[in-house]
Amino acid sequence: MNSNLYALIGLGVAVSFIMALKGLSAPKSARRGNLIGATGATIATVVVFFDPSSTKHHNTGLILAAIAFGVLVGVPAARKIQMTQMPQLVALFNGVGGGAAALVATVEYLNLSSEGKPSTANIVATVFTVIVGCTSFAGSVITFLKLQELMTTRPVIFPGGRFVIAATLAGVLATGGWTIASGGNTPLLVMGGLSLLFGVLFVLPVGGADVPIVISLLNAFTGLTVAASGYVLQSTLLIVAGTLVGASGTILTRLMAQAMGRSLFGTLFGAFTAKPQAAVGASEVRPVKSGSPDDVAILLNYASRVVIVPGFGLAVAQAQHTVRELADLLSTKGVEVAYGIHPVAGRMPGHMNVLLAEANVPYEQLVEMEEINPTFPQTDVVLVVGANDVVNPAAKTTPGCPIYGMPILDVASAGNVIFLKRSMRPGFAGIENDLLYDAKTTLLFGDAKDSLTKVVSALKNL
Amino acid sequence: MTTMAILTIFLLSIFVGFEVVAKVSTTLHTPLMSGANAIHGIILVGAILVADKATSTLETTLSILAVVLATINMVGGFVVTDRMLEMFKGKGGKK
Repeated sequence: MNSNLYALIGLGVAVSFIMALKGLSAPKSARRGNLIGATGATIATVVVFFDPSSTKHHNTGLILAAIAFGVLVGVPAARKIQMTQMPQLVALFNGVGGGAAALVATVEYLNLSSEGKPSTANIVATVFTVIVGCTSFAGSVITFLKLQELMTTRPVIFPGGRFVIAATLAGVLATGGWTIASGGNTPLLVMGGLSLLFGVLFVLPVGGADVPIVISLLNAFTGLTVAASGYVLQSTLLIVAGTLVGASGTILTRLMAQAMGRSLFGTLFGAFTAKPQAAVGASEVRPVKSGSPDDVAILLNYASRVVIVPGFGLAVAQAQHTVRELADLLSTKGVEVAYGIHPVAGRMPGHMNVLLAEANVPYEQLVEMEEINPTFPQTDVVLVVGANDVVNPAAKTTPGCPIYGMPILDVASAGNVIFLKRSMRPGFAGIENDLLYDAKTTLLFGDAKDSLTKVVSALKNL
Repeated sequence: MTTMAILTIFLLSIFVGFEVVAKVSTTLHTPLMSGANAIHGIILVGAILVADKATSTLETTLSILAVVLATINMVGGFVVTDRMLEMFKGKGGKK
């Protein structure tokens, strides 16, 4: 292929990525934006086989087989995943991307080394890619394990942890310097291994509630590694695409941290400042008021305004449709119904909007936190379905608890609060919720979908 | 490519990256993250380039592994983003 034409197509693809990100930032154009990006990526993948500067073509058959295999793994995973498990899938996709970038830089480095010592600039870019790519890969695997609840969602902090992390980081940087100075293969491999370890140690102390921010950050990291490997490979497209993701990912991470009221610094360097927490919840048994579905139905029936606060528990129980049924029924009885959506309800910012949209809940009823909070004093009943951390007053009253400072839905100022819960088990962040013991709180234990169905039928009989 | 040209491209891309997402609403944070995630799957192009000239067994194995991982990242990323956005779209049509 003519090299000018090839460069021109690369430029077109780069533009398509900018348009994709632009499109994704507005609800109307989001889906089209994503399709534009996908089209650009497909074109880039096809034309790279005709790259005029690469003439050797040793492994075309193997490459095509590898792509086919990747498609066979990736597409069904993306198609079949439950929407509730989507955050961990995104984390995993991000991790394999980081791993791929680290591998690409390593192979190119081996290749350059076989023809003599690579230039310092190339080694520096390779070192950067391998360190950040391996960190991103290992870190993403840990976030996946946390979100999938294959390991504890609480911060994992061990005595002297911060020294271990600092020592690992020092080791990574030292081996990086060694690689740059000597240019051998051994230092690079040692550095890769240490970077993997660092990725694990970096994410372990992060609490469940902060995991989305870390995914977003690792996503930005992976973007930068792609840009750095683009430098090594002299590919403008990789530089532009990687930098775009790195920059937009950084902004997105900051926006997310703001939405959650978390300091980015505190989240990232939590590992260095975190202290082992005193074991809260010495399992003293405090009295709670639990009610029957009929009690709940009566409360709802005589309310004039009801706010539903959905949480991850609602999604797990697949109760989106039942909750909509309840809301519709209340509306026909003349009760004003709204949904109070916390920015991080679910597992990631915007996650709950996706889940409720799936159940066809009217968009106008989804009210964001800043708008709904002032209306709680005029609200008779708040129905909390499978949420906990986002309504936990400890975020305001208990300095030092993992969610302290996070903005919450002010449900305590409403007339009555009903919690639909499976058990007294604390939420994702692992903190006891005092509101459960409040006098105006009624608890309805059981599977959220089950309980809601009972409430709906009780309400129909009233 | 000269270092100066690369630096120019790099810096301008940073600004474009900052600008395009500056005003995104919280509702779209998750799809945007997922979409950006799919875009860095473009490392697939790099993986293909290195696999194409790999000769030793080690280089070939590592680069083919990179192709597999990058494909999963790119294809899976775009598909899952589309699935999320599909749900947002439905409402406009029904009203």
